[in-house]
Amino acid sequence: MRILLTYSFSSFANYIHHLLAELITNPMLLHVTEMVILGVSLIAFLVVLCFFLGYMERKVAAFMEIRLGPNRVGPKGSMQIVADTLKLLLKEGLTPDSADKFLFNLAPVIMVIASMMVIAPIAFAKDFQLYDINIGVLYVSAVSSLGVIGILMAGWSSNNKYSLLGAMRSGAQIVSYELSVGLSLISIVVLSGSLSLGDIVRSQENGWWIIKGHIPVMISFVIFVIASTAEINRAPFDMAEAEQELTGGFHTEYAGMKFAMFLLSEYINLFMVSAIAATLFLGGWMPFHIGGLDGFNHIMDFIPSSVWFFSKTFLIIFIIMQFRWTFPRLRVDQLLTLEWKYLLPISMINVILVTIMAIMGWHF
Amino acid sequence: MRGLIEDDYVTEEGEFVINIGPQHPSTHGVLHLKVWLDGETVKKVQPHLGFIHRSIEKMSESLSYRNFIFATSRMDYLAAHINNEACALTVEKGLQLEVPDRAKYIRTILAELTRLQSHLLWWGCTGLDLGAVTPFFYAFREREFIMEIMEETCGARLTQNFMVPGGVMYDIHPNFQKRTKEVLTQIKGKFQEYDDIMTGNVIFENRTKGVGFLSKEDAISYGVTGPTARASGVSCDIRKLIPYSAYNQVQFDEILGTGGDCYARYMIRMHEMKQSVSIIEQLIDNIPEGDFQTKTKNVIKLPKGEFYQRVETPRGELGVFIVSDGAASPYRIKYRSPGFSNLSALPLMAKGGKIGDLVAIMSTIDLVIPDIDR
Amino acid sequence: MNIEELKSSISAILPSAIYDETGEFLNVNIASEELYPLINELRSNSEFDFDYLFCLTCIDWKDHLMMVYHLLSKTHQHTIVLKAKISNRENAEIETVFNIWRTAELLEREVFDLFGVKFINHPDLRRLFLSDDWNGYPLRKDYVDENMISL
Repeated sequence: MRILLTYSFSSFANYIHHLLAELITNPMLLHVTEMVILGVSLIAFLVVLCFFLGYMERKVAAFMEIRLGPNRVGPKGSMQIVADTLKLLLKEGLTPDSADKFLFNLAPVIMVIASMMVIAPIAFAKDFQLYDINIGVLYVSAVSSLGVIGILMAGWSSNNKYSLLGAMRSGAQIVSYELSVGLSLISIVVLSGSLSLGDIVRSQENGWWIIKGHIPVMISFVIFVIASTAEINRAPFDMAEAEQELTGGFHTEYAGMKFAMFLLSEYINLFMVSAIAATLFLGGWMPFHIGGLDGFNHIMDFIPSSVWFFSKTFLIIFIIMQFRWTFPRLRVDQLLTLEWKYLLPISMINVILVTIMAIMGWHF
Repeated sequence: MRGLIEDDYVTEEGEFVINIGPQHPSTHGVLHLKVWLDGETVKKVQPHLGFIHRSIEKMSESLSYRNFIFATSRMDYLAAHINNEACALTVEKGLQLEVPDRAKYIRTILAELTRLQSHLLWWGCTGLDLGAVTPFFYAFREREFIMEIMEETCGARLTQNFMVPGGVMYDIHPNFQKRTKEVLTQIKGKFQEYDDIMTGNVIFENRTKGVGFLSKEDAISYGVTGPTARASGVSCDIRKLIPYSAYNQVQFDEILGTGGDCYARYMIRMHEMKQSVSIIEQLIDNIPEGDFQTKTKNVIKLPKGEFYQRVETPRGELGVFIVSDGAASPYRIKYRSPGFSNLSALPLMAKGGKIGDLVAIMSTIDLVIPDIDR
Repeated sequence: MNIEELKSSISAILPSAIYDETGEFLNVNIASEELYPLINELRSNSEFDFDYLFCLTCIDWKDHLMMVYHLLSKTHQHTIVLKAKISNRENAEIETVFNIWRTAELLEREVFDLFGVKFINHPDLRRLFLSDDWNGYPLRKDYVDENMISL
């Protein structure tokens, strides 16, 4: 048990590397094989994660609505999402006659690719990062913006007025809220001095930024959570797919596996956004340290870093899920007003405050 | 069905037409709305009716005076008891029949329970339409208790059919008073919870304040009644103006709003729920002993003439107009349904707003389409 | 205003009106051609001030059609029932009251749909409940539907 708890994934990765190096001598081929293995295993991990997130969403919804949620399929309803995925796989994937076939089929693919690419710089545990690129934050911000292309493609190519309305709303919403997301990420970059996610996590060794940076960083955190909920098209900002008004928005015309890909990309986005928030504000895989209390820190280190990371991420996912079942939906002009008139000015002033704090050394 | 009339889709530069319904998650029934949009702004709304027209009026011309009452349960199914009561009262007016006091009290208590469950469903569906899914489940939880009381006494949960001309069909169940008091205590405790979830929510207030304004003159001209009109300042509660059944024995307030917007309509219905609870509390312990029905002949024949009775349903004023020529079936029945006139004001209220506003207005007018289409 | 005053005021505008007080409300029977001036006066004159039209319907009396208007005044709280007799069943026509009470728009469309009464100057006279290619007017007493089965 103790061995399992202190297991370091880097040794496992090294073991696989040596195994493959003996089998394949060509270094180029070795590299490509390793990348393929990593890619496939990450995609499998993400799909399994989405199963779990789908189940969690339905149980959290049921918990908030004083009912039970899925409890028939599998022990305590855990196989419900598997059953749903099977159903979606077996459905007839209709393409409307007058839809633009190439774009119609391409849109879900682009959305899934854009969501999955964000996983590269995220550190799941100590020494367990796919690629610690030195512009990690910029990479994450840039790649996650590609999703809006998929949404606009889906809405336009469906040749349906509802889809077009939904896609237009969504495009405007995502592009606006990226500003607030970017500015709240900037505040952490200023404090830690580096864009690389690995460096940011290591800089939280003596305490998480949300505690070290007190008030300005807490404001950044709140703005980040709100703006990211808008980025991933979740309620209360889900105008783009508002069921009661537009019967589905940009994914009205999709059925079967393509619709499942939209759902997949939404859940992956949810996970990624929470992972980024956990990494930047709550310390990523860094245990809860208080600068100066070495004994306390040593005890905290006993809990493996992957457990720390996943529990922080799931805490933020839980908060974002709770938003959906509590608040009514914002109307589209109120949504944009919230961003341009409230969140953006607050973020800008906050960046100035954080910069002053960093220069003067007023953080812990 | 309905053919495409070419000039129906005439648009100006930059406008486009979308169809909301008839199958749509939020139109409260089968309603087809043609909406002319300029971007997100609504320019014109045209409702198309008739998807659930069952010719109840023509059908009633071949039914007896006892039977035609039961077709009206399907008209406004959320206020079935009040529809039945209206028909029974009209027939009694024609026969000049005196209903015993016990029957009057039972009718009024059941009518207020019906009003309460209709408003609870409305509250849940308003939350659902605006995007907050949780109030729906909370409202239905309370509504279940009321449905159980109805089932115990009347035999059915939704289409009660408990009326006969002359009184009520059977006496109330022995458990009726005890259970009603328990349910009322439970519901009273929940009103604070409802206010916490929705009424004070900033997003909800932004979605409903200032949306769908209806002025007092327009409300009277369009024939709008019920909470929709009371929110614009029109005093139109039939229970106060022309009391029927046991309404002259109870004290309750008619609350008039001043805003004329969705928020005012919402608040008036929330107050009405509390008033219903207070009316039932005043009556439940004082049901007089006696007959529950005045005996009438088996075959009822109304004398020649015209009889009109107005009652207050949760949606507004329902009028039952019976024209009789002395036969055993009505010669002509006209139901002046409240939803019909309320819907005719929808294009005026929705013009100039956004699609999200259209959904909010439809849910606060509280449309039930079978009531409109009959 | 009480009933006597109503009767005398209406007779002053339209002497040919016939009154019927057997029912609950005061019934005023007129011919369909005389409807519009009288009903306009009932609305615009502040002594009458009938601002609420709460029922508009039609009755088929086999040899003529009778349009029924229930009017109420919210300020004076008096009620009146106007009955306009349409003698011509084949070309039943009457003036619309849409520009006096907006509620008449849908109510008159319903009467057109089910009884076949054409309303002159109505902004949008189409069938309301039935489909546009329906033949006949169902609520008339002489309506025969091929699919109808009598038991």
